[in-house]
Amino acid sequence: MTAAKKEMKVPAIQKGTVIDHIPPHAAARVLDILDLGDELVTFGNNLSSRKMKKKGIIKVSDKMLRKDELDRIALVAPEATLCEIKDYKVIKKRKVQMPDVFAGMLRCFNPNCITRHQDMKTMFTLVQKDPVRLKCHYCESTFDKDQLELL
Amino acid sequence: MRFKGKDIISINDMTKPEIIHILETAKKMEKRSSKKLMQGKILGTLFFEPSTRTRLSFESAAKRLGAQTVGFADPSVSSVKKGESLWDTIKVTEKYCDVIVMRHPHEGSARLAAEAASVPIINGGDGPNQHPTQTLLDLYTIKKCQGKLTGLKVAMSGDLKYGRTVHSLAAALSLFNCRVFFIAPPELQMPKHILDELDRRNIKYSLHPRIEDVITKVDVLYSTRIQKERFPNEKEYEKVKNIFILKQSMLRGVKKNLSIMHPLPRVNEIMKEVDDTPYAEYFEQAGNGIPVRMALLALVTGVIR
Ligand SMILES: Nc1ncnc2c1ncn2[C@@H]1O[C@H](COP(=O)(O)OP(=O)(O)O)[C@@H](O)[C@H]1O
Ligand SMILES: [Zn+2]
Repeated sequence: MTAAKKEMKVPAIQKGTVIDHIPPHAAARVLDILDLGDELVTFGNNLSSRKMKKKGIIKVSDKMLRKDELDRIALVAPEATLCEIKDYKVIKKRKVQMPDVFAGMLRCFNPNCITRHQDMKTMFTLVQKDPVRLKCHYCESTFDKDQLELL
Repeated sequence: MRFKGKDIISINDMTKPEIIHILETAKKMEKRSSKKLMQGKILGTLFFEPSTRTRLSFESAAKRLGAQTVGFADPSVSSVKKGESLWDTIKVTEKYCDVIVMRHPHEGSARLAAEAASVPIINGGDGPNQHPTQTLLDLYTIKKCQGKLTGLKVAMSGDLKYGRTVHSLAAALSLFNCRVFFIAPPELQMPKHILDELDRRNIKYSLHPRIEDVITKVDVLYSTRIQKERFPNEKEYEKVKNIFILKQSMLRGVKKNLSIMHPLPRVNEIMKEVDDTPYAEYFEQAGNGIPVRMALLALVTGVIR
């Protein structure tokens, strides 16, 4: 087991961020969420994992994730783990955190909501964690996260 | 409690002490002469959607306080027609007045307006979402007729599924620990999210198919209109409609203090013969919009505290 673990299926990086334990179906979406320039990125999906049956991993060199990227990841892969890497070692590891407020990243499902008719930022607040329920700050309607399109 | 500069957007934003203070201020408005309180102030009335009663009662309330009003009642003649954003319309019109009341078809429009404006915004109805001044005048009417708000037995009947007035009223009454009875055909019963909220707040409620089941038990019956459009066909509507018509004969054995309320306009859910009973409060209720709106205008402009 230990030997198998040491041998990395996705190549190591010297410094940067690893997003681990991504549900396989969400891996491509997480990749899509990341605002990437010329960073070195390695990606694996459907890798076997102890914690979950299969998982995806994304490793990005020389990048710290921004708050808006983290918030989006929380929505599509709430199970994911974030690791900060320095000198090839994990120096910090934490679960993705569900924020209390999502600003400017979700489209309201209510066709009569003012946010669908004016050029403006949307805002949702987390009203329930499990399962996730989000309330539109404007029309006051509450939705499942799957009803809300990521912008 | 500080009301000066406060926006009145949603009953869900208000605390119980704030609601009580507004109702107490409204009571004072009925008693004393307040003709000069808002002298020199201007109320802007921005009605992006037709309304008669809300607009007229706000204008009347403002005039009784000595204020003047500017505004429009039909957006087709305004700059909105030329494609101006709501944000810009508010940014411009707030320069002309000290407080704005707005009615707009889109849900959340009042919240957006409040973010744009530095003068207080009062929501006069944002589509099917909120109409807080209606809820406040409903509460004021109940308090006035029953002498209190706490611990009453309140029934709501009619279209409970789509009616925004009963949603807001149910939420507001839950602050006062009232026992509520919901009377509606199954297809028009209270939405689950409202019932869940009542559960969370430990409020006792029950669902009923007929007015007769609870009419003798309650202190307040709040009747609402059932709209034909909600039914798949005329026959279904006719069947349900007749069950929900309140007739004088149904009032046998009711409590002496019963108050019958209705947000108006009624079509036929309360027969005219009920108007002559001591229980009918719906026209008083409409009149109570004046002191409640006077109180709100005076409070948010800071001419009283
Ligand atoms: N230097 C590194 N470069 C890239 N990825 C790394 C590095 N070190 C660890 N990882 C990856 O970060 C993740 C977290 O590592 P580890 O602490 O071993 O987690 P776990 O206990 O979840 O297996 C693993 O998927 C591992 O492959
Ligand atoms: Zn919305």
